[in-house]
Amino acid sequence: MSEIPMIGAGRDRVDGRAKVTGTARYAAENNLPNLVHAVVVSSTIPSGTIRAIDTTAAKKAPGVLAVLSHVNASKLNPPPSQGGGKSETGGGGSASGGAAGGGTGGGASGGTSGQKQGGQSGGQQQGGGQPSGNFAEPRATPFSDGTIHYLGQQIAVVVADTLEHATHAAELVEVTYDARPGRTDMNALRHEAKDKGAQQAPPFVKGDPEGAFAGAAVKIDRTYRTPYHHHNPIEAHSIVVAWDGDRVTLHDSSQNIFASRQTIAHAFGIPKENVHVVSPFVGGAFGSKGSTWPHVLVGALAAREVKRPVKLWLPRKQLFFTNGHRPETEQRVALGATSDGKLVSIIHEGISQSNAVCDYNERFTRPTRVMYATPNMRAENLVVDLNVSSPTYMRAPGENPGMFALESAMDELAYAVNIDPVQLRLINYAEEDPSDGKPWSSKSLRECYERAAARFGWADRKREPRSMRDGRLLVGQGMASATYPSHRSPASARARMNDDGTVVVSSGSHEMGMGTATVMAQLAAETLGIPAERVRFEYGDTNLPQAPISAGSMTAASVGSAVYQVARELRQKLVALNGGDEIANANDYAALLHAHYTPDVETRVDAKPDPEEAHYSAHAFGCHFAEVSVDPDLGLVRLRRMVSAFAGGRILNAKTAHSQFLGGIVQGIGMALLEETHLDRRFGSYTNVNFGEYLVPVNADVRNLTILMLEEQDPHVNPIGAKGIGEVGIVGVAPAIANAVYHATGKRVRDLPITLEKLL
Amino acid sequence: MHPFDYVRVSTVPEAVKSGSRESAKFVAGGTNLIDLMKCTVERPAHVVDVNALPLASIEAVSGGIRIGALARMSDVAAHPLVQQRFPAVSQALLLSASPQLRNAASIGGNLMQRTRCPYFRELIWTPCNKRNPGSGCSAREGENRMQAVIGTSDACIATHPSDFAVAVAALDGVLTLHGPKGERRVNAVDFHLLPGRTPHLEHDLAHGELITSVFLPDAPHAAHSSYLKVRDRSSYEFALASAAVGLALDGNTIRGARVAFGGIGTKPWRARAAEAVLIGKAATVDVFRAAADVELKDARGYGQNDFKIELAKRTLVRALGDLAGGAA
Repeated sequence: MSEIPMIGAGRDRVDGRAKVTGTARYAAENNLPNLVHAVVVSSTIPSGTIRAIDTTAAKKAPGVLAVLSHVNASKLNPPPSQGGGKSETGGGGSASGGAAGGGTGGGASGGTSGQKQGGQSGGQQQGGGQPSGNFAEPRATPFSDGTIHYLGQQIAVVVADTLEHATHAAELVEVTYDARPGRTDMNALRHEAKDKGAQQAPPFVKGDPEGAFAGAAVKIDRTYRTPYHHHNPIEAHSIVVAWDGDRVTLHDSSQNIFASRQTIAHAFGIPKENVHVVSPFVGGAFGSKGSTWPHVLVGALAAREVKRPVKLWLPRKQLFFTNGHRPETEQRVALGATSDGKLVSIIHEGISQSNAVCDYNERFTRPTRVMYATPNMRAENLVVDLNVSSPTYMRAPGENPGMFALESAMDELAYAVNIDPVQLRLINYAEEDPSDGKPWSSKSLRECYERAAARFGWADRKREPRSMRDGRLLVGQGMASATYPSHRSPASARARMNDDGTVVVSSGSHEMGMGTATVMAQLAAETLGIPAERVRFEYGDTNLPQAPISAGSMTAASVGSAVYQVARELRQKLVALNGGDEIANANDYAALLHAHYTPDVETRVDAKPDPEEAHYSAHAFGCHFAEVSVDPDLGLVRLRRMVSAFAGGRILNAKTAHSQFLGGIVQGIGMALLEETHLDRRFGSYTNVNFGEYLVPVNADVRNLTILMLEEQDPHVNPIGAKGIGEVGIVGVAPAIANAVYHATGKRVRDLPITLEKLL
Repeated sequence: MHPFDYVRVSTVPEAVKSGSRESAKFVAGGTNLIDLMKCTVERPAHVVDVNALPLASIEAVSGGIRIGALARMSDVAAHPLVQQRFPAVSQALLLSASPQLRNAASIGGNLMQRTRCPYFRELIWTPCNKRNPGSGCSAREGENRMQAVIGTSDACIATHPSDFAVAVAALDGVLTLHGPKGERRVNAVDFHLLPGRTPHLEHDLAHGELITSVFLPDAPHAAHSSYLKVRDRSSYEFALASAAVGLALDGNTIRGARVAFGGIGTKPWRARAAEAVLIGKAATVDVFRAAADVELKDARGYGQNDFKIELAKRTLVRALGDLAGGAA
């Protein structure tokens, strides 16, 4: 097995120059003629009703064109009753669940739909197949009434001729409330915990987990906590909306333009053909741009009211309240094992925050179902509805917080049975999917452990805590595994060869920075046997063939398979034109078309997952080995180096894939050591709602990271053999670092982030 | 952001006149004022741009150096006079903010920056005695991990955010102010006010008055000084605890000592009680710890920030130990 296979060795991203030079036009940069600006007014209580909205002063302020709220706005059509499981296409269930199936990350090389475990290819509704689209909050249509569900809720919008005028006028809107006590404390309301969005990861039981645990020779039974996290992409959510009668164009920053189209069409009661969504560049998303959040509807409503193009750009502070987050979790992991480390029972259960207006359930027990061989298992993740803003999928939803708990517990077990943590994982290595007994489409986790451990120098580690030092610093080394499922959704694509030998491939997918535009062109070029420079990939436009949500690490698998298939069919068409003879040289295509007086040759496919693929369990796997230093006096933890290895099927582009893994790891470092959105439960408000106090890693926090990409030939996962890689990179980073901190200090930190006061 | 008018001035008398108007504010780098205007915490009717005033020089003067109030943080940090004679000042500046902010922000503005307490800055609908006198303090029983443990009052526990001001307080800096009544000088340690019952009053600075320069006096403990900043993130973050320390050593005996804390106080916290413990003693860890204990004996935590008391002590012990080198 060799490292780093690829079809285009580390090809530069095709949009890099446009982004670096500032010519890439993002949603908010569409300064259309006659454009006006919208600014949102947010609720300042977490629960209650609006008694009155006094807009007198705001309306009189300079430049103001309109002030809209539930009092005077036209009513939008609410989403049809969602509940769950009512979608036409099976699979996803809730509107937000459409994407909830997916993750978030990135995935140019990634991709999925999340429903595979349910046995359904659930991707179709993700492409907008649902009649209702993808409302992030299916039970709270903006401006429908005066009910307040959470603090920060968008309750009014001011439209003015300039951003400054709109901002000022929004501050003049006076809102009075009939407030109710906010339900903001998950711990206090834990007795209300319930299942939600069950099709994502329904409660799972196998064997007799309680009995086996009770009788186990060695027991680990611990509670782990992860806090609120926010995606914080660099590009703020923003939209420019222009109506022309009953037709509307939205310049959006979206991971799911077709569902966005569907949402708008439904909400405004117009045919979806009247809605044109374009989103050629997305400045980061991590899941926060997969659902249609209220601002999209509010912006469209405002533009319709003032009959001018409207720009609605959300300030960073508002993003913390109205565009999703990873909810807080409390997870119990109970591991029962024999004295030689063989697992006899795994119990993983707990709660996370949700609210009454969304369907989100952070399915943190999902990875546990596939990680380790055990005869007895129970996994159940419940939610508590609070008056706190709506959670959503955030890079490796479920897997990421879940693996912090599971892989921390495995480290605790390793010490309890005095077995090396890597060896413990090998003892319990799952040779088939423990949840359903299916064979793996491919699995190279064992090789990942071997390669990463060797590169890291794991063999030189002294096992005892506090046994390694560097000067006055304590040094610790820890490891953890990574996993993320590989999914695929239906996707359509079109390919056209022009008579100059260039090719345009089109599919309405998304480029969030993960390399979609680059990798798709490479795939088509390889299939056609022409240089990648001659292929241009068109995406980010609902006038193109339909593509699914770019989430759940499934873009490469879904759109990539469609691109592969359409390129193959185009080639066949050209071969037929050539009288059945293969085209030997890339330069012969132009001559072929000229010879037949043909300006172009075009073909189109609607690609769907092969039912055969469902016979296998497909997952990307990997692992991280981390070394930290801890200042024993000051409690400061610094990551010194990390070696990570991943097996994600075929790597389509070593450069963009490396960046995907790297980005996931850096985000994982933040999760381990820095990131937490603080919630003041008295007010129901987050408090550190800016980049000064919401701490993401800076360069100085990110030291020596080594990423090993292992080749896998996977004939089962999908036609191109690529598993998703946009999310697996973050999974396991936090427990690897937490385990290293334990090794350094002898202190087990079970609640993230690992800040210094926990080690003083 | 509330509407305001904007004027540029080019002389100090002009600035004072313009800045004396009701609801006028001076702006230099704007890294704090503009930010707070966007939060609507600051709502000046007049913004007076002082960047054109001839106050950006850094020069040696009798007994020390004088830094013009409009010198940028990055220029002061990199200046050889500062690096050689007041290393703690240079270090404090380099450990502040980000390069972009240091390039923009002025020294005078740095001393005027306001707290990062979220109830003051972000949650503007909640009680805050500093933002809305008499409304109460939301931080005392709220999210207070970053807030102060010393110099607090029933009315306010907001931390003063500056690093530079801590080093200046430790090294006996003196500010020159110009206002409607002319010129005066104030010791840096007296410039910032304790919150008491009036946390909205933060400085000894009359309306219309302008900081024009900062004087730093030469001293052996100033030339042998350092700044240690402890924070979660490796750069670009405010301090959880910091210490500016200066030592004049005679062998292993401490002849002169200057200590100030940052990140834990409602103002830059000059630690005279700690200094008194250090003077005349041997430079040992036990002595350093005793000095820290004395200074922080009245410190008080509010829950999330309880750890800062012990952290501040350890920060001081580390800073003094590293500065004393082999002596400790």
